[in-house]
Amino acid sequence: MPTLTVNGRSHAVAAEPETPLLYVLRDELGLNGAKFGCGLGQCGACTVEVDGRPVLSCLAPVGVLEGRAVTTVEGLGTPEKPGPLQAAFIAENAAQCGYCIAGMVMRAHALLRVNPHPSEAEIRAALRLNLCRCGTHRRILAAVRRAAGAPEPATTGAVP
Amino acid sequence: MRRRRIAVWLGGALALAVAGFGLAAWRPALAPGGPGPGETAPEQVRRGAVLASLGYCASCHTAEGGQPYAGGRGIGTPFGTIHATNITPDPETGLGRYSLPAFTRAMRAGVDREGRHLYPAFPYTHYAGLTDSDVAALYAFVMTRAPVRAEAPANALPFPLSWRPLVAGWKLLFFRAPAIPADPRRDADWHRGAYLAEALSHCGACHTPRNLLGAEVAGRAYAGGEADGWWAPPLARSSPAPLPWSEDALARYLAEWDPQRGGAAGPMRPVVDAHRTVPAGEIRALAAYVATLYGPGPAGSRTGPVDREPPGDDPALARGAATYAGACAVCHESGGGAAGGVPYTTPSLGHRTTLRAPDPRNLILVLRDGIAPREHAPGPIMPAFGTTLTPAQMTDLAAYLRARFSPDGPWPDLAGTVRGLMREAPAPGARAEARP
Repeated sequence: MPTLTVNGRSHAVAAEPETPLLYVLRDELGLNGAKFGCGLGQCGACTVEVDGRPVLSCLAPVGVLEGRAVTTVEGLGTPEKPGPLQAAFIAENAAQCGYCIAGMVMRAHALLRVNPHPSEAEIRAALRLNLCRCGTHRRILAAVRRAAGAPEPATTGAVP
Repeated sequence: MRRRRIAVWLGGALALAVAGFGLAAWRPALAPGGPGPGETAPEQVRRGAVLASLGYCASCHTAEGGQPYAGGRGIGTPFGTIHATNITPDPETGLGRYSLPAFTRAMRAGVDREGRHLYPAFPYTHYAGLTDSDVAALYAFVMTRAPVRAEAPANALPFPLSWRPLVAGWKLLFFRAPAIPADPRRDADWHRGAYLAEALSHCGACHTPRNLLGAEVAGRAYAGGEADGWWAPPLARSSPAPLPWSEDALARYLAEWDPQRGGAAGPMRPVVDAHRTVPAGEIRALAAYVATLYGPGPAGSRTGPVDREPPGDDPALARGAATYAGACAVCHESGGGAAGGVPYTTPSLGHRTTLRAPDPRNLILVLRDGIAPREHAPGPIMPAFGTTLTPAQMTDLAAYLRARFSPDGPWPDLAGTVRGLMREAPAPGARAEARP
């Protein structure tokens, strides 16, 4: 029976070692922030952090996470007291339907950990594989810039 | 007295040898110039664009995220890093002062306009086989690009390799214009493919092994080589591919991907991407020629695709199997893109040459970094597992894949290869200059 450490708390989980982390988070631990989008590691809606680095939880078998620290969007703050990156997403109205947002926040969080002042190109490169079907990418980028204390780039339209 | 005379003679002989070498190595600077009348005619430019795609110029001469053809990309070689130069027509930092004769000398003799010998990372050993008319078309194409002012970073080569006249000695030893095969029993397509593969597309630059001085080994053409830390498989009878490469399969692979054998990753991806702007006939010609490099008929020792249950009593393989079930199977057990499974997957990983390779580098690099999607075009995509799996878990998974999908036995020093490649990986999002 694998033991998982999620947001600083240890859980003995009933699932088989090959079960993807996403199912355990949502079905066993009641952490519904990470979403099932495609189940193929192509949309990023299930992104969480493992040891501070971005991981697609739909393709991460819990058996490989023994002794490693999982952080989900719930670990960054609460609705009453959102963390700085979450607050930036709220301030920029970055969510429309919100389905991709937990993944976006976690991907951006992992970026800012290793690179607190990313360039516009670095932000875009990091978020490149996280999809948003509402098309709020510009607000998502603005939220990440806000959290990083970065100014609006001169030309927001052009892909760098 | 006598000893002194010998010393004088030896000194003299040495000076003479140095002077002789200097003379042999010396090349004149050519007068600055630009395109003459008619040398950049639109028809020439259009033809040159296709040729530039088939020579994969942009894949070396464009830096990550940089302006096309403005250079600056570091090419890793066993001797050090060589930076591809700016080949836009900027007069200060690019080819702006190159006349057609100067461009021709650079392409076919590896000497720049100022008379300096170029390192053979630039494949003039192949371009030496280009026709005058193709060199002229390539000249028309590069001289009509938007000029970009960009100085390539200095090469990082140790002395004496940093001393360019030494390249003249290398050329004396190893530089021969490529032999373009001709065979009266073959058709025009095959001959076109032979010219492309041997000269312009320089397939052997990666797929032929190199000697200790970095020259392609003449007697071992297409026996398999290296590219940027990846294994470049043999295009020869010794190919370990589980399914033979037919002309049709190669044409599909070179244009996009082959449903049975899969598609390109690593340094072969920019090659396949460059083919998007190339007429289908050219791809077909390349495929017609390359298919014959494997020799006639199916190779006798070839084992078809393998998929067998690995021994269940090995705990490392059992751990690898669990990882495969949770991380890989959702795509790679979907039956294959052609049968309605996940697009761009083959029917089984047993179809992939990667798992039959003599070493695990390609598998580990793909697992670590995934396959990034093409921009604005359909194509394969694979997520990166470099942050999901620890080196030990990656090793277990690779051992399981090898045991299940290859008849060839475990890879030697798999764990060491995984550790080395995982250590090199940058943290996702980290600044390039922050890397160790």
